[in-house]
Amino acid sequence: MEALFATVTGFLAASGLYLALRGRTFPVVVGLTLLSYAVNLFLFSTGGLTTNGAAVIEDGVDYYADPLPQALVLTAIVIGFAMTAFSVILAMRVRGDQGSDQVNDQRAEEPKEERS
Amino acid sequence: MQHLIILPILLPLLSGLLMLVRRDSVVLPRRAIALASTLLLFIVSALLVHQSASGQITYYALGDWQPPFGIILVLDRLSALMVCLTSFLALGSVAYACAGDDRKGSNFHGLFQLQLMGINGAFLTGDIFNLFVFFEVLLIASYSLLMHGGGKDRTQAGFHYVALNLAGSSMFLIALGVLYGTTGTLNMADMAQKVAALDPERLGLLKAGAFLLLVVFGLKAAILPLYFWLPRAYASAPAPVAALFAIMTKVGVYAILRVYTLIFGGSAGELANFVQPWLWWFALATLALGGVGVLSARDLRGQVAYLILISVGTLLVGVSMNREAPIGALLYYMIHTTLVSGGLFLLADAIGEQRGKAGARIVPGRGVTQPALLGLLYFLGAVTVIGLPPLSGAIGKALLLDAALPSEQPWLWSLLLLSSLAGLIAMSRSGSTVFWKAGKRDSDGPRLKTTMLIGLILLLGASPLLSILAGPITAFTDASAAQLLNHDAYLEAILPPPVDGGES
Repeated sequence: MEALFATVTGFLAASGLYLALRGRTFPVVVGLTLLSYAVNLFLFSTGGLTTNGAAVIEDGVDYYADPLPQALVLTAIVIGFAMTAFSVILAMRVRGDQGSDQVNDQRAEEPKEERS
Repeated sequence: MQHLIILPILLPLLSGLLMLVRRDSVVLPRRAIALASTLLLFIVSALLVHQSASGQITYYALGDWQPPFGIILVLDRLSALMVCLTSFLALGSVAYACAGDDRKGSNFHGLFQLQLMGINGAFLTGDIFNLFVFFEVLLIASYSLLMHGGGKDRTQAGFHYVALNLAGSSMFLIALGVLYGTTGTLNMADMAQKVAALDPERLGLLKAGAFLLLVVFGLKAAILPLYFWLPRAYASAPAPVAALFAIMTKVGVYAILRVYTLIFGGSAGELANFVQPWLWWFALATLALGGVGVLSARDLRGQVAYLILISVGTLLVGVSMNREAPIGALLYYMIHTTLVSGGLFLLADAIGEQRGKAGARIVPGRGVTQPALLGLLYFLGAVTVIGLPPLSGAIGKALLLDAALPSEQPWLWSLLLLSSLAGLIAMSRSGSTVFWKAGKRDSDGPRLKTTMLIGLILLLGASPLLSILAGPITAFTDASAAQLLNHDAYLEAILPPPVDGGES
């Protein structure tokens, strides 16, 4: 299971990083989202991978999973989700303001110099 | 007053929420709430400084969950100093914003208070995951504040800023995961103890996590290979926001100072002080590049952004020397540079407003409406930020230069003095272009409003005050540095005394 988990996390992170380095805003947003998925999976695994373990102390149970990474992942998911929504809206705003979805739109800078 | 520690977080949170209640209401009550809350915050933080000056480290266990299990807020001299500095800077920029900048978009004051909450939380927390959460709080507020008022430039600079910081947050989480996976704790004091007694097989993993954390903090602090977002974002942000952002790079510097002296500090076994030699070269390079950048800036605000870069280089050089004297010196320099660069951002905006079409660009254009007043403030700000005696910049830099060992002197002295020279040339060139090569001035053009003047005087006028009070302030910063480097006292204050035998 560890090998599969590590491969999936690594693949997600690599895809996310590749997309985040693209030149258009939409792939960048998708890349950052994938990266945050990879991070969530990674955080989840930091307590060690356990299947069928109890997270809360209970009588008659002696097989536990580490509950802290689960709480951390929950926080990270909430923040990541909000930030994805924000960056999608921001990317649309950039598209509206610049008239192009390039992350580094050079056209927007040149007329500004002339106007001065 | 045990609950005083949490007030710098609760106060801005409550007033920020209060301002969201009626979004359509008139501006005046919101301004009053913002000013009152910031003023109250300053009083609270002054009390905290007074409380911490006794040298005792106190902590506040949220929900009474005792460390190392619960989340704690820790008050020592350094964190009290940083909170006090933040609230003073915020007071100046809120006052300036009340002159009309807050009307250019919605919810300025609410977001501003929430950002203050994030900054204060980052300075006070003693839990490394909580540090991440407060970083996010301050970043999310800063994303919206950066784009306050809208405009092409701001949205593009804002998108770069958001994308970079989202990637940074991901790396922060990965680093935290590695740190938690190897040490099994998130409390900074407990982690410091665990790192010292770590299984040597896991050392490499922990080291990788620590370096990743340095990358994240370096991104926030804008150290050399990670600074590219800074000049553009700061130059396009609205003036009061840019002034508050002067503390944002210092949050990164603070995090580096805290984590790499406490967790990976002198008593961390094999990992003791392993980051500092790296930091030394990167900080020197940042210093050199800031000097080049400040000469190349074509806009007053871009120039101040590069001056911030110089100050970041100077601060991190002090961090990397990792001794009591340089850290004390850099804390004094940090107070000075945060306030004066915030004030210069406000001043650049005021100048730009009075020059009409020429704006803040460094070109001969229309003269400002109040040349005497603005010229005097500009002169004061320039002398301070470059570090000419007798104002505070000179004292800070002299203390730092004095603290260098003979082996460090050739690099530090030459680069710090050269970058100051670059700053001197650039500031005098832009000052003479703006004030002396000016054309006819429009005598009924826009004038400084009273609140703008209050904001400017608070921030720029702090510098003469800092040099008059240099004695008590350096005594406090030196004591903070000593406290920071004394790990055992910190661990003793936070962690419960070890139980005999029952160590797992």
